[in-house]
Amino acid sequence: MAVTEVRRATAEALAFDRVSMVFPNGTHALQDVSFQVDWGEFVAVVGPSGCGKSTLLRIASGLENATGGRVRVGGANLGFVFQDATLLPWRTVQANVELLGELHGLSKGDRARRADEAIEVVGLTGFERNHPKQLSGGMRMRVSLARTLTMKPEVALFDEPFGALDEITRGRLNDELLRLFLLERFAGLFVTHSIPEAVFLAGRVIVMSGRPGRVLGEVAVPFNYPRAPEVRFDAAFAKVAGQVSALLREAHA
Amino acid sequence: MKPVRDDQAVAGPVVPAEAGPIRRVRTRPEPMATKRGLGWQVLAVAGPPIAVAAVFVGIWLLLSYVVLSPTQRFLLPPPQEVVKVGFLDWENLRQVLVTGLLPTTQVAMTGLAIAIALGMLWAILMSQAAWIERSTYPYAVVIQTIPIIAIVPLVGILIGFNFKGRVLACVIISIFPIITNTLFGLKSADASLQDLFTLHGANRTTRLLKLQLPAALPAIFTGFRISAGLSVIGAIVGDFFFRQGNPGIGRLIDIYRAQLQGEQLITTIFFSSLLGIVVFWGFGYLGNRLIRSWHESAQERQ
Repeated sequence: MAVTEVRRATAEALAFDRVSMVFPNGTHALQDVSFQVDWGEFVAVVGPSGCGKSTLLRIASGLENATGGRVRVGGANLGFVFQDATLLPWRTVQANVELLGELHGLSKGDRARRADEAIEVVGLTGFERNHPKQLSGGMRMRVSLARTLTMKPEVALFDEPFGALDEITRGRLNDELLRLFLLERFAGLFVTHSIPEAVFLAGRVIVMSGRPGRVLGEVAVPFNYPRAPEVRFDAAFAKVAGQVSALLREAHA
Repeated sequence: MKPVRDDQAVAGPVVPAEAGPIRRVRTRPEPMATKRGLGWQVLAVAGPPIAVAAVFVGIWLLLSYVVLSPTQRFLLPPPQEVVKVGFLDWENLRQVLVTGLLPTTQVAMTGLAIAIALGMLWAILMSQAAWIERSTYPYAVVIQTIPIIAIVPLVGILIGFNFKGRVLACVIISIFPIITNTLFGLKSADASLQDLFTLHGANRTTRLLKLQLPAALPAIFTGFRISAGLSVIGAIVGDFFFRQGNPGIGRLIDIYRAQLQGEQLITTIFFSSLLGIVVFWGFGYLGNRLIRSWHESAQERQ
């Protein structure tokens, strides 16, 4: 039976223990997935589309119950960043960032203070009164990040948040995200199908197979944080990306 | 000299690229668009509807003077006669406005208000529980198909042939678009946003007030606009069916028709249409004000 425990003071921030998922319609999404994310660690999961990466995050957050295995989440405050910005279009940037505080019943002053801080951190000061419609895709994603930051998450889950953005914006937001990671020190689990993105962000890259998703292996990324944008053009970077790519290809051989 | 091969001829000599200074493209300001005068702008806005009105009046004149013989002309009197008798004769105009339009407006607006309140409440309940939707939605569809005339005697005996009975007819005719549009809107909230609310422990009420209702506003206002027109029809039709109690525009139409007073008949139709247009536009304007800052349908056009 699936158990999602929330326990503080665990050794690891997030642990999947032989997690399997079969949907009621028979889709076999995950098969015996086991790995963990330590405190202060940023882990990326790479795999082909439809390999159950997103399902993994939905299980970790409690939106979905696994049909087998256990998930342990070591923090009470869980942040979730969706594939698209998922903003309320009728709310201004400020009101969108304050939403989670509202849902958690924080006082008005506290909410506003946290929102101001988060908006400043993501560099959107001056856009508080704009509606999402007036912002670019990249800026909307920053609003989404700011909204997540207001609750000071101990564990943050990212479900391909930059997949819909153009290459230049995506690169810039990756730099931003690492800056936020060093600032806030949440444990991060980032799902993507971009190998360079995974290698640039993560300390470890977990490689998953196509459906049903299994862990094929993991590749350690030998760069320290903070990482300069130029790391992407380092020979060692290409080597790590090549290893991830080779693991992915093995699955199809 | 070596023979020139095809590929060499095409590919020309390779000139080593010089790492020259970055070329910047100077941008020149666009020439100002010639601004047209105010007269032009007014014509551009008012011209097309005026042209349509002119064509309409032309067809009307054609029907009155050419198609209908003088003995049949009372069926469609020409426009100038309608203006003279219906609009410029104060006694006639007063009857149309005070005896007809006023009570009809009261019935229509009361009916619309009740339809909005009940319809939205019903839709909200259905959006909260699948079993409520399953068990009551079919009856919402049935309401739409009730032939008012068949239940007039019953309604008359139960709640009277006057104001209340007419309002009920009006509600029955205008409630369905509100129910169906509100329900559709409430269900159209983005799935990821629903997940976000779930993750952060939002209860039903919070979800309804902060997510579903705002998301439904554009659809709700579409329902209001459709129902606004229907409520006017409902009030007029109620008059026709009840045939008792205070006259409204429907009764007047009936009387004018029976007495072959074509000029007054057309004046009456004009005002009932005007009422429909005013409520339709009123809701359109209100909806636009509420959602224009965020919804695609309400963007100001250039």
